[in-house]
Amino acid sequence: MNEFVETLLDLPWQTCDPKPAYDVVIIGAGGHGLATAYYLATRHGITNVCVLDSNYIGSGNSGRNTTIIRSNYGIPESVRFYQHSLELYQGLEAETGSWIMHSTKGQIWLAHSVTTARTEQTRALMNAACGAQTDYIGPDQIKARCPQIDLTGGGRYPVHGASYHHEGATARHDRVVWTYAQGALRAGVHVFQHTPVTGLVKDGDRVTGVQTPRGTISAGVVLSAVGGHVSTVAGWAGVRLPIRTHALQAFVTNAYAQEFAPIVSSNDLVFYVSQTPRGQMLIGAEYDRQASYRTATSYAYLQACSAKATTMFPFLSKLRILRSWAGVCDVSTDFSPILGHTGVDGFMLSTGWGTWGFKAIPAAGEGIAELIATGTPPPLIAPFGLDRFANERAMADPSSAGTR
Amino acid sequence: MLWIECPNCGSRPFEEFRYGSVFPVTPDAITDLDARNVDYAWMQDNIQGVTLERWFHESGCRRWFTTKRDTTTDQFLPLDD
Repeated sequence: MNEFVETLLDLPWQTCDPKPAYDVVIIGAGGHGLATAYYLATRHGITNVCVLDSNYIGSGNSGRNTTIIRSNYGIPESVRFYQHSLELYQGLEAETGSWIMHSTKGQIWLAHSVTTARTEQTRALMNAACGAQTDYIGPDQIKARCPQIDLTGGGRYPVHGASYHHEGATARHDRVVWTYAQGALRAGVHVFQHTPVTGLVKDGDRVTGVQTPRGTISAGVVLSAVGGHVSTVAGWAGVRLPIRTHALQAFVTNAYAQEFAPIVSSNDLVFYVSQTPRGQMLIGAEYDRQASYRTATSYAYLQACSAKATTMFPFLSKLRILRSWAGVCDVSTDFSPILGHTGVDGFMLSTGWGTWGFKAIPAAGEGIAELIATGTPPPLIAPFGLDRFANERAMADPSSAGTR
Repeated sequence: MLWIECPNCGSRPFEEFRYGSVFPVTPDAITDLDARNVDYAWMQDNIQGVTLERWFHESGCRRWFTTKRDTTTDQFLPLDD
């Protein structure tokens, strides 16, 4: 957080040092950690909560994503969960009075083959059955919504059709983080930046607190809302996770002077394009193949991703790449999040957010807050427990992740 | 740009190579057979540091080889390191 930001937002930071004990300690002050704190305070009146971050708020993957909000997933449990999250996002400005630059754009998910067309038709039907607005549309309707597209795909990737997700949206990622931080701080939650957690405190098998350079903090419940390093944190509690950490790169071009209305994705080519409020074209694709904790970007990625994007959108070749970045994503082996109990008393998780974490911030925060307050996972997040792997209830949905 | 030491071709650019996998290790502490199967099928060591891995020199000699890599820097290390 710099001074310019603080003049825009009223973030009533606490002035004290961390207390020796809290009801709930949340590791990671990104969107997920702060949303959980916000909903604990506003929905359940639990304000004796502390959120810790090794850096500044939103400095991890909350500040490194591509800000897409959508619910057009491939399994019913996911569609319902993300649809609820999408609706919470739609109401977040009214609820908090804080502008998150939410903009409903619609998402076009292109099919370049008969097989993919069938997948997208199935997606549309499945989404409609579970409460998300998705239709299958033909090339003419795609062209009407997005005139810049080359329907022949450079002669190599012809467009057969697409699933169109009406409520696909974007929001400003930083503002989402600040909004939840503001709401939590105003309710009396403590948020400590630059306070890394260096270990967990255990009493027998139970996790009872965290260790930090500012002292040990006891907690009734410790929640890991860490992005990128969760295997390390869970390892301190003796919990093994079905997670591999990969770097995901993305980039923006200089400003495109015309409107590019929708979000466009392609599962065959694996890339997605949208326009930021500043007019820049935001382009991303799959995560790096090798597991890695390095947030470096590579020329090879920019080259490969640009080749795919310009194949479908020739106008992009006239723009210049302005900047690129990478985040480290905790990709679960069944491509669904991992939420709730871990089998270790006093230690909970909100992780496995891979490349689909930003859109889930409100629903996951609300669900985890209810779990902490009541002890029972609400129906929307119950299918995503860590025990699903041992119970043969994996929530496999790789084709909806927009990556591979 | 990162350079990788291929045992057959010497030092070559990172982009010529393709990641294979890590060597999955189920901890000895897990003794129950079902639990070991679950661990083998799903769980990952996801080491933040030096791992032992298989890589494929796709745009080169097209041979698989075993190497050590630091996942925090992507630097490749000699096997006997």
